[in-house]
Amino acid sequence: MKIVFLTVYFLTLFCSSLFASPQVLNLGNGTEPRDLDPHTVTGIPEFQITQNLFEGLVGKDPKTLEPTPGVAESWKISKDGKTYTFKLRENAKWTNGEPITASDFIYSWKRLLDPLTASEYAYQGYYIKGGKDFNQGKLKDASRLGLKSADPYTLEVTLENPTPYFLSLLYHHSLYPVHQATVEKHGMRWTRPENIVSNGPFSLKKWKMNQVITLEKNPSYWDACSVKLEKVNFYAVEKSETEEKMFLTKKLHATATVPTEKIAPWTKDTSGVLKRHPYLGTYYYWINVNRAPMNNPLVRKALALAIDREKLVKYVVKGGQAPAESFTPPGTGGFHPQSHLPKDSSRVAEAKKLLTQAGFPDGKGLQPIEILYNTSESHKKIAEAIQQMWSENLGVQATLYNQEWKVFLDTQHSKNYMVSRAGWIADYNDPNTFLDMLTTGNGNNHAGWSNPAYDLLIEKAAKELNPKKRHEIFQKAEDILLEELPVIPLYIYTRIYLLSPDVQGWFENVEDVHPLKYVWMK
Amino acid sequence: MSNSLWTDALYRLKKNKLAVLGAAFLAFEMVFFFLVPLIWHLGYEVQDLEMTFAAPSISYWFGTDSLGRDLFSRVIFGGRISLTVGILASLVSAIVGVVYGSIAGFLGGKSDNLMMRIVDILYALPFIFLVIILMVYFGRNFILLFVALGLTQWLTMARIVRGQVLSLRHKEFIEAANSLGIRQREVVLKHLIPNTLGPVIVYLTLTVPSVILEEAFLSYLGLGIQAPLASWGTLIKEGVDVMDLAPWTLFFPAFFLSATLFSLNFLGDGLRDALDPKGARD
Amino acid sequence: MSIHYVLRRLAIMVPIFFLVVTLVFFMIRFAPGGPFSSEKSVSPAILKNLEAKYHMDEPLLSQYVRYWKDLLRGDLGPSFKHANRTVNEIIQEALPVSLELGLLALTWAVVIGIAAGGMAALKPNTVYDYVPMAFSILGICLPTFVVGPVLVLVFGLWLQWLPVAGWETWQDRVLPSLTLGFAYAAYISRLTRGGLIEIRGQEFIRTARAKGLTEQEILIKHSLRGGLLPVVSYLGPALAGIITGALVTETIFNIPGLGRFFIESAVNRDYTVVMGTSLLYFTLIFICNFLVDLVYAVLDPRVKYV
Repeated sequence: MKIVFLTVYFLTLFCSSLFASPQVLNLGNGTEPRDLDPHTVTGIPEFQITQNLFEGLVGKDPKTLEPTPGVAESWKISKDGKTYTFKLRENAKWTNGEPITASDFIYSWKRLLDPLTASEYAYQGYYIKGGKDFNQGKLKDASRLGLKSADPYTLEVTLENPTPYFLSLLYHHSLYPVHQATVEKHGMRWTRPENIVSNGPFSLKKWKMNQVITLEKNPSYWDACSVKLEKVNFYAVEKSETEEKMFLTKKLHATATVPTEKIAPWTKDTSGVLKRHPYLGTYYYWINVNRAPMNNPLVRKALALAIDREKLVKYVVKGGQAPAESFTPPGTGGFHPQSHLPKDSSRVAEAKKLLTQAGFPDGKGLQPIEILYNTSESHKKIAEAIQQMWSENLGVQATLYNQEWKVFLDTQHSKNYMVSRAGWIADYNDPNTFLDMLTTGNGNNHAGWSNPAYDLLIEKAAKELNPKKRHEIFQKAEDILLEELPVIPLYIYTRIYLLSPDVQGWFENVEDVHPLKYVWMK
Repeated sequence: MSNSLWTDALYRLKKNKLAVLGAAFLAFEMVFFFLVPLIWHLGYEVQDLEMTFAAPSISYWFGTDSLGRDLFSRVIFGGRISLTVGILASLVSAIVGVVYGSIAGFLGGKSDNLMMRIVDILYALPFIFLVIILMVYFGRNFILLFVALGLTQWLTMARIVRGQVLSLRHKEFIEAANSLGIRQREVVLKHLIPNTLGPVIVYLTLTVPSVILEEAFLSYLGLGIQAPLASWGTLIKEGVDVMDLAPWTLFFPAFFLSATLFSLNFLGDGLRDALDPKGARD
Repeated sequence: MSIHYVLRRLAIMVPIFFLVVTLVFFMIRFAPGGPFSSEKSVSPAILKNLEAKYHMDEPLLSQYVRYWKDLLRGDLGPSFKHANRTVNEIIQEALPVSLELGLLALTWAVVIGIAAGGMAALKPNTVYDYVPMAFSILGICLPTFVVGPVLVLVFGLWLQWLPVAGWETWQDRVLPSLTLGFAYAAYISRLTRGGLIEIRGQEFIRTARAKGLTEQEILIKHSLRGGLLPVVSYLGPALAGIITGALVTETIFNIPGLGRFFIESAVNRDYTVVMGTSLLYFTLIFICNFLVDLVYAVLDPRVKYV
């Protein structure tokens, strides 16, 4: 007994007294989180917090992005790639001291898929056998989902298809466990600091709306000893200009973003606080393929070719983004799409030729193209620049329409537009997160575009286990996209933010995940 | 009689230095805003992506903004928009206010009482909040903007006009006209309206700056006029965000907005003192 | 002033309140976009569940009746955006912040305004007059959204004396309240100066002067009460202005007050929060005007209320 006590004592001592500087991290976190319920939230500010408040079956190595043991200490994958057996660690506990068992995960995933939860991310559970049917109300019996537990610490998951990226999906907040008794007792209030029971490296201490959410180190976390930060403040700062000022006056250690106009001056700064790295996201334009004249593929291609993406990113977007030559960002899940678009110098000539073929030489006879975007300075600037490029290169006129966010979303959903601005950020690190959006009838396919050959390719990719072959299939899908152009890719997102040199153990990566259990203050 | 009233007023106005300064600045601005675009070589929309945030120089008098657009022409066009919104909205408020106020004052008695009670009730409405909701929900349409802003301002106008009509109704010359059997409509047109003109002009002059300010306020919240149009409020919002980088983007629109507010306010005050030397402030 | 007057003023509030509830309720419902419009597609089944949860599947009129029933019980409903808060809870958190900001701003406005105006009135047409009056002209012409960021630039970024944003320590309160109070301080100083100079010419003051009282004594003992009447009557509009001005100030300084909830909820189609905050703003403005009228009546017995 005494020895145990001493060990604990030394461990605590070892854990906490190593650092001279206070282990408090202050982060700019964008807009006020809607909630911290991992099953119903959708935004990035929410994810930044939930990934530290909860822990799924696997964690993520911030350097390699490989899955690391989380609540599961090990796992086995069946030969056909459809069955995953997770061995849960016995020392994983909820903040109230109860152990985490396989049934917690079964409850949580059922909750995600339950139509009554109304989760927008329910489709993250469609990989589980029966998940889609259960969510859509076609399957009523939850016990028929592909989830089983032989004993409290063994979870067996059967999938619909072999899903090579399933492990990396598990880091997504929609698949984190929640504590059943707490959820049922407190209802919508369960995520309040006074009620919440969580299982991550940090616990929720304080939540002042539109101001700050404070997390503290969770002493009952199984790996608490490797957690160095004592306290993390997530400040809700809507305006990037305010955030930058707070960073300059040392109130924040990291910002969520940098105002576009300040990127150039920060680039000249030599202290290295400006962080800039590629990010799995594409900025693009939807084309409503059922609306004349956009129903003519020649017109779509001419318009796509007439945009000088290099110039766009250099002078308008300004953040060092890469021009998009494909819909999937290069490197997503190791996939590097090849573009068959003509080389830059001949593009405009080619575009003119196509437009003439379509029957609109020099844009004559073509009605003005309507570009829709949600009201924002940056979208406006991009649309204005493209308007000018089309007019200069093709003689095509464009009119700009801006709508306030919620109205914009409605217009896009009801396909009441010609060309509309959009952006997509990967839900997981695999090309599928981009490409399956364009399948026939997908709720996110706002182009109204449908191509059976394309649908078949995406379906085939879902069943293919060999990575090389899968990438070949995705390449074919990309080729169809760039030929048909229901989307015009414009640029690949870049994450740009300011980070204090005092923050250690923070790695820049394409998924922009920063598990704070690895971070400490110098 | 009305002749000498206006000459006297003009004389008194001329002695008020701030008001004269304001009037001079406004006159200058009007001429400037409507003549310069005819000869100035740069359009307010033309982008020069390689000349972003250029400091003021001979070719760009006020410098350029984040897309390399000439700030000089943007300030002028912004001014046109701000002034147009201000004047149109004030006219809306004046028309509604004058019609409503004179009807109430002329009818008198119970109808007057009821109409003024309604004005009292509307006074307690937080109009600017309703305008914000309106702008968010129904888009930032130019016409909607000045009508909505105008409708926030007509109440005081209605009160002033009604008070004026009520007091004039009992003045000798009106009673004389009545006793001579002149029709009521003519009494209103020939006597009442011309005599209420003074206070209406004064209040109108004071409404314009408050509408301009309200529009700028909405623009700052991102709810005002939208691209490609830009008011001073929009320009200030853009300038505030980069003021440490390119102070001129804030300074010029802010200077013109402030100077215009100053001019209109002091001209309005001056007019009031000039037209009503006893200084009966409402 | 009579109880009768007070009661009548309060009675007027009933129809206005009804008007505001109805106006705002239908205005936001008839507008395009809804609280459940989202970037990711939501399946119709899920949408139906969400709508049922907030009674949005009922006919509009019965939703309106439901809103009234809840409202009369003091329940403003759950927020659509802040999933684990009710509107009552949001107001509980945000209202004290806005009240504190507003009261601080008003204090600045009154203290600086009366001091500057008094100084100017004491020695008219000297430098003691010109400097405060020049400032007051600036205050009237410079909008809040220029003053605020400039103060942030100077005191926050360059001198680093005060924080640039936030609402945690007392230092955080200084710049926002000054920004918000500045324009009103300017107005009040002009009104004070005008009021004091006017009353100085009056007989009872001349008598006091004849009795050998010093100018300061006269100012404090006699002039202030009468001379400040215009200031008091200005407090109503000033308070209403401060409440609206707080919208911008809260945005500039990232302050978690009502104004930010109001704007954000309007943009997010958070129906219940738009309703709740609008009603609250309306009540606040009404109460402010009412209180100012009462104070005015106490200070100036000549005012008769019919």
